[in-house]
Amino acid sequence: MMNWPKEIIASSIGNDNLRELARCGGVTAAYGVPREFFAMAAKALKGAGQPGGLAGQLAVLDGWRLAAEWATDETPFGRGFAVFAAYNSGTEYVIVKSDLPQDDPSFPSLAGIFTPALRFERQIQSLMGVSPEAHPDLRPWIKHEDWPWDVYPLRKSFDGKTPLKKVPGGDYPWARADGEGVYEIPVGPVHAGIIEPGHFRFQAVGEDIINLEEKLGYVHKGIEKRFESLGWIFGARLAARVSGDSTVAHSIAFSMAVEAASMVAPAQRALWMRAVMLERERIANHLGDIGAICNDTAFAFLHHQFSILREKVLRANQRFFGHRLMMDRVLPGGAAVDMDKDASEEMLKEIVWLSKEFEKLVVIYEDNPSLEDRVWGAGVLSPSVAKELGTVGFVARASGQALDARVQNPFAPYDRIVPKVPVLTSGDVHARAWVRVEEVRESMRLIREMLQDIPRGRLCVPCPAPRPGAEGFSAVEGWRGEIIYWVQAGPLSSTAGPLSSTDAGINRCMVRDPSSVNWLALEEAILGNIVPDFPLCNKSFNQSYSGHDL
Amino acid sequence: MTGQFYPAIIEGVQVATVLLAAPLLVGWVRALKCWSQGRSTAGLFQPYRDILRLFSKDIVLAENASWVFRAAPYVVFGATLMAGAIIPVISVKAPLAATADVIALVALFAIARFFTALAGMDAGTAFGGMGSSREMMVASLAEPALLMSVFTVSLVTRSTSITEMVRVLSTGPFVLRPSLAFAFLSFAIIAMAETGRVPVDNPSTHLELTMIHEAMILEYSGRHLALMEWAGMMKLFLFSSLAIALFFPWGIAGMGGWLAGTAGLAGLPAAFFFLALKLALAGVAIVFVETGLAKMRIFRVPEFLGTAFILATLGMLSYFMLE
Repeated sequence: MMNWPKEIIASSIGNDNLRELARCGGVTAAYGVPREFFAMAAKALKGAGQPGGLAGQLAVLDGWRLAAEWATDETPFGRGFAVFAAYNSGTEYVIVKSDLPQDDPSFPSLAGIFTPALRFERQIQSLMGVSPEAHPDLRPWIKHEDWPWDVYPLRKSFDGKTPLKKVPGGDYPWARADGEGVYEIPVGPVHAGIIEPGHFRFQAVGEDIINLEEKLGYVHKGIEKRFESLGWIFGARLAARVSGDSTVAHSIAFSMAVEAASMVAPAQRALWMRAVMLERERIANHLGDIGAICNDTAFAFLHHQFSILREKVLRANQRFFGHRLMMDRVLPGGAAVDMDKDASEEMLKEIVWLSKEFEKLVVIYEDNPSLEDRVWGAGVLSPSVAKELGTVGFVARASGQALDARVQNPFAPYDRIVPKVPVLTSGDVHARAWVRVEEVRESMRLIREMLQDIPRGRLCVPCPAPRPGAEGFSAVEGWRGEIIYWVQAGPLSSTAGPLSSTDAGINRCMVRDPSSVNWLALEEAILGNIVPDFPLCNKSFNQSYSGHDL
Repeated sequence: MTGQFYPAIIEGVQVATVLLAAPLLVGWVRALKCWSQGRSTAGLFQPYRDILRLFSKDIVLAENASWVFRAAPYVVFGATLMAGAIIPVISVKAPLAATADVIALVALFAIARFFTALAGMDAGTAFGGMGSSREMMVASLAEPALLMSVFTVSLVTRSTSITEMVRVLSTGPFVLRPSLAFAFLSFAIIAMAETGRVPVDNPSTHLELTMIHEAMILEYSGRHLALMEWAGMMKLFLFSSLAIALFFPWGIAGMGGWLAGTAGLAGLPAAFFFLALKLALAGVAIVFVETGLAKMRIFRVPEFLGTAFILATLGMLSYFMLE
């Protein structure tokens, strides 16, 4: 079984062209292929079926999914560039890598095979200057048109401290629509509510939306570049701040990637603590989201009730873990906070109370016909489109995709306390709200079971910096969905961070928030809806701007 | 002979009441909403502070805004205030009430709406145009239904003069009239649409794409916005008062009868008391509806207003068949 992704790729490009790479931890396997075969390997994986499902938990997935695609600048190793693609099927994650020469960094585009590659590759082109050949849309992504087209911040030759100069007359060619009665509504990037910035451009006829185009990147902070100068210890703090509302999930994902690269097994007790915090983060955010969805239908009552519940969870977090959002509570090697017996009893009581209050509100949500009228059938993302776009998280699960990294890539305790994955097929606003309801219930069950069985022992083991050139991969189910990190240690003290002057620093840290793929799904889900329903649909997705823009 | 000034005094008191009490009604509704949702309130007087704050701010004008944009707040405010002078809010003896009947009243609101919609389009932004087009869609359905509803009351009272309608209703013997019940239901639905409340519009949203009334006035700032907001508050006050005058008129001064019999100023304190009581109850009703209902999809609004039209028609039919 272990060999079958290899067989799939080999059957398409030939055994001689496939090289197994040993240095990457955290994945089933990593392969190197010559760049001319990069797209062929993708095609082979997409077409492959998987024999057998996952113990009844996840439905049989036909074909592999492109989970992430990124490029690295490997000049510190004396090589050129490299392009990577991470694929997932069932419980297996596979990385395919192609080396690219420094003077001609281009590779065959995957955009014609996997739709999410459209934006991954625009990002690669804009920030790393590695060109996807035959990509249909090479407008800049994240790096805006007001910045120079040919300056690539992720390259080693670019000094992260220099601000990019503004180029005059930069223009972004938007998709256009003509015709009688067609008009355009530009919304944002600065919105009326206290939310993050992003630009949405609608083409509408009357109230009917015929096209929506997103433009993101307004909160680009250069996070991936910053990792490289921070080193492993401060990197964990930066990862916790990639997207503030899923700080636990990002911290776990970064830590797991580093541990995989260092080949360190983290403390067992810490893994359970991580899982408890991860589920608490899921509960808090889902509570807030369900309320916010109600608020966008002007049903303010539930909004405020759910806000109260969320606030109580956050305040309990402050008591249990010393931070409302549990920021910086997860470190490579373990966790930074422990719980004693009293705290765990108190948390059990809190969960019982929370569950009772939550169910009362769910009844109100279910029983209100005027609310139902708004959320049912609005913003439908059909299962086939959800699959094609490679969506993850609750967006995917509301559209028939049984994807959950807690099942696909479980860390203890998820291997023993297995989450039930709720899957709905209607793909509308209600489905996305209802998947959250089911997940809150399930998370409360998980926390209860975890607290009863949590092993004793050390909370943290020392996690030495990865050996030079080591790579680590991780996939963690945050509350929005699968978060992927991939870290690569540089050669010895080439890009050392402040606290690791004798170790290899971070050569590249790739972050793929679920928002990076799910934002595209919103453009599809909104088609055929009316303009005033957009905020509701958008809220039901509630993707991160910061996590996407990096 | 101070009595000859009584009408003028009554008119002045009534206009002042509309001006000054309208923000209080809005504050009351907001406070009730907060309490019903378990939140603390900003106080009953927050709307006054909002208006004062806006008056002390500078105006930011769009470069291509024309005179329509600058004139609209005054026209809207003036037309609404004029409506406030002719609806018998506290007394039927207001002299200006004689100058206009209920059709003129509907027209006054239409003028205010027309200029708000023009101003919404004037600055040329997408949101303003969107709001204006939605407002016109709502108006085209709400105004006929409003007339139908009010005409049902006119049939019962055999007059289109509001003071005469109020006089007939409150001095005649108490009769249960199904026509008036239908007309009231219809009026209540229209009032929700006209004043931009849930389930038709959401006055407290920040989501531009879903707005109707707020979208039209997005470009306003400073005193222009203050006037627009104030006019909006008065509109809520006036629709509530109109509902009270047409369907629950007991207690309005100047009509004779046992409640507020005296024709002069002596009836005013009682009239104020009953007005405050009835408006407070109206606020409770508004909050009940807004707490229990989500905002409807915009294309459900025609069905909703269609219901109002049918109810008003039923009211008219039942007048001919049953009364």
